[in-house]
Amino acid sequence: MAYKTIIGLEIHVELATNTKMFCACPNTFGGEANTHCCPVCLGLPGSLPVINKTAIEYAIKAGIAFNCKINTKTKMDRKNYYYADLVKGYQISQDDIPLCEGGYIEIELEDGAKKINLQRIHIEEDTGKLTHTMDGDTLIDYNRSGVPLIEIVTRPDMNTPEEARLFLEKLRSTLKYIEVSDCKMEEGSLRCDININVVDTETGAKTNITEIKNLNSFKGAVKAMEFEEKRHIQLLKEGKNTVRETRRWDEVKNETVTMREKGEAEDYRYAVDGDLAPIEIPDTWIEEIRNKLPELPHHKKERFMRQYNLSEYDAGVLTASKDLASFYEETLKYIDDTKLVSNWIMGDVLRRLKDEEVEIEDTKLSPKALGQLLSLIKSGKINNNTGKKVLREVFETGKDPEVIVKEKGLIQITDESQILEVVEKVLSENQQSVIDYKNGKDRALGFLVGQVMKATKGKANPQLVNKMILDLINKM
Amino acid sequence: MDIVKLSAVEIKEKILKKELSATEVVKAHLNRIEEIDKDINAFISINKEGALEAAEKVDEKIKNGEELGALGGIPIALKDNIVTKDTKTTCGSKMLENYRSPYDATVVEKIKAQDGIIIGKTNMDEFAMGSSNKTSFFGPTRNPVNTNLVPGGSSGGSAAAVKAEEVALALGTDTGGSTRQPAAYCDIVGIKPSYGLVSRYGVVSLANTLDTVGVFGRDVSDAALMLSAIVGYDEKDSTSYENPTHLVVEKDLEPTEYIKGMKIGIPREIYLDQIDKRLIGVMDKVIKVFQSLGAKVEEITLPHLEYGLSTYHVISAAEISSNMARFDGLRYGYRAKEYSTLDELYINSRNEAFGDEVKRRILMGTYYLSMGLGREYYEKALKMRTLIIDDFNKAFKDYDIILTPTSPILPFQLGKLKDEPLTKDLTSIFTAPVNLAGLCAMSIPCGYVDGLPVGLQIIGDRFKEMNIIKAGLAFEGGMKNGI
Repeated sequence: MAYKTIIGLEIHVELATNTKMFCACPNTFGGEANTHCCPVCLGLPGSLPVINKTAIEYAIKAGIAFNCKINTKTKMDRKNYYYADLVKGYQISQDDIPLCEGGYIEIELEDGAKKINLQRIHIEEDTGKLTHTMDGDTLIDYNRSGVPLIEIVTRPDMNTPEEARLFLEKLRSTLKYIEVSDCKMEEGSLRCDININVVDTETGAKTNITEIKNLNSFKGAVKAMEFEEKRHIQLLKEGKNTVRETRRWDEVKNETVTMREKGEAEDYRYAVDGDLAPIEIPDTWIEEIRNKLPELPHHKKERFMRQYNLSEYDAGVLTASKDLASFYEETLKYIDDTKLVSNWIMGDVLRRLKDEEVEIEDTKLSPKALGQLLSLIKSGKINNNTGKKVLREVFETGKDPEVIVKEKGLIQITDESQILEVVEKVLSENQQSVIDYKNGKDRALGFLVGQVMKATKGKANPQLVNKMILDLINKM
Repeated sequence: MDIVKLSAVEIKEKILKKELSATEVVKAHLNRIEEIDKDINAFISINKEGALEAAEKVDEKIKNGEELGALGGIPIALKDNIVTKDTKTTCGSKMLENYRSPYDATVVEKIKAQDGIIIGKTNMDEFAMGSSNKTSFFGPTRNPVNTNLVPGGSSGGSAAAVKAEEVALALGTDTGGSTRQPAAYCDIVGIKPSYGLVSRYGVVSLANTLDTVGVFGRDVSDAALMLSAIVGYDEKDSTSYENPTHLVVEKDLEPTEYIKGMKIGIPREIYLDQIDKRLIGVMDKVIKVFQSLGAKVEEITLPHLEYGLSTYHVISAAEISSNMARFDGLRYGYRAKEYSTLDELYINSRNEAFGDEVKRRILMGTYYLSMGLGREYYEKALKMRTLIIDDFNKAFKDYDIILTPTSPILPFQLGKLKDEPLTKDLTSIFTAPVNLAGLCAMSIPCGYVDGLPVGLQIIGDRFKEMNIIKAGLAFEGGMKNGI
């Protein structure tokens, strides 16, 4: 039997504007509860919203980056419903004319690129935040009320959790590239809801769509999708169906659990918000935003291949995050060797980031330090292995590589006279190996070099040691 | 000299000439309120200390020879849906019985900045829904012309306060006629400015696309003075405009001078079945007055006028249902004593604090915005609104002002029309279309029939406030001269 999974995503992204969507309150994460509030974002009687132009600009940026059509005539609507985190009994959002329509994001799969189509991107305001205490009370913090959001809705174009993950990675990296959001899932500045169901491709039977909420990380999202996928397939196998419902990912239990059933489609009684004038976006403004848009990931990747002579794979890895790409280019200012820098970043640096689960900008390694380190290696002042040790130390302490090398006396010995004594000693103490080498056992040479390195505490230049041993053996 | 009988313009002049102090003026009006308001019930709260303090500041300015603002020393009342820091803002409802706003509305800031003296907050139909002031949680207001009559509404308290000489000027609001109709019923002048001319920031929303701040005075010059002090773009209201009208009135011209060259249209659609037949005679007389002042008066047609009321009813209710949602008992205002879930908190609080008229409009509006048949009414009303706007646009190509009676019904007695919400709505039949189209209009007294005051509505194109003010000055002069 063959099954096809169908996944669509709805992603809410908080825009990193200085002020809120409709008032001058600061748009910052956290802060003492209910201190970033005013009559407007508290929805007090008589207050009126005034739209934040930067929020529209950021949403247009996202629309351009994701290849959307920008609607030049749009408006803000009211989405009417009651909830304690909503101060006006309606959320200011967009109904039938979203700011951005259509568009797509391309993800790289093993068998080539796949386009994930977007339905729309619209702008709206965030709600307050509820905290349920142990005593059963609910506390409300309206600091988040009125923070500008974009909601990105995809078509159901993803067929595996992995595709959805790649989509989310690309989405996040692009949004960070164009600097419209910090996309921190743990702070809620990127929130993702999943719609998923499964079709039996042989019989055509399909499960009802379930919606999954409360996802705090991409990892959690993937796990939740994998769990749901299995659950749907199992039900299909049993000839059963899923309930149309909203489920929530339970991190502790590692499973999705029912939140609420979906009854009739909710009626939000959308109507235009008469407090806000219709929005008209001049084409010249869109062009201005387009021209100011930072280089997008795929453009940067192509440029890296061209300019730095990197393979497609290497360029792809280096440009996956804007910060990593900048780190690479910044490092090149200190050492003119595109391949060497790329090898080190893609090797030891990324391994370290992965192990520690951090981003490059969160570490003590600076482009200058890496440049310095690689210069030391390239000039032969230290060898590769010493370089790796120094890099670890830089990650730990943030000290300059040159300082570390000096402090620990790690400068490579390149003076033959300084090593000659050691080499002669090693050869005389390991006569059998010398004979072995002469008899054609190449491996014996490696052993002898290793002994010299050991005796010099790794400071000798291995190439030099190699050459000296060969010279001496040949003279014998 | 009976201070309370002075017009706002006169009060200002006398203060400037040091013939009167602002403190004397304020005290006289506070005394008048003390004396008469128990019979009128025009006020919900009175800010005696604040008013006297403000008056002292004005007197200080006069003493120091400082320049005085345009409203210097004039006692002003505000409808209680305009938020103020100094007093509570109740909207005439139990829901906001004790609500105190942390900020002043833009119009309040403007009045204060121009040395106007805010005496208190006036009674109104609950959340401005009504046309009689009977739906107020604080009891009905009575008409100073005859206390058996309603003062009209929803700004009935402001109109009554001005008529009863408790203040010289007052602000109301006008969403479908709530300034003009009480002005007509109380025999004073009321102006509803064009949508966007006056900031709505701090005015509790009824129906956002229709709401305007209205002004009251006992004559046209006073009302125009009040209006000119509060107009202008406000960065806090994105639907406001920089004053394109320049409200400068040339004083003391002959009535004929004000109206020279004006063309006046009388829509033939006003002679409908439901109109009080006594008004037809009044309109004939009005036409003669304008003709004798030299204006050209012609019959015009506004073919969709008859749909204005139902269009207004649907659109306003839809907007009201959404605007009223924030009053949920959670953050401010009335909260029910008993509830066990969040939904119950909402339901009980709203059920206990809102009156019948408010509930009726929320229910209707919710229906009009809901999927299905209700939604069809709403969509259709939006289309009809466009047709009504087109009608007016056409008319204003050829005519400077349009005349109608302000209300098709004369002031009725308190206690009548009790359970007939649709008949009550009828009073807005000539006023509501003006709001739908965002135009400006004035209600001006045009005499009495059978002891009941009649108001004439003068409608002008959007931002052509000067046309209605000039026509009003001419008509006022003409009436005075006994034409």
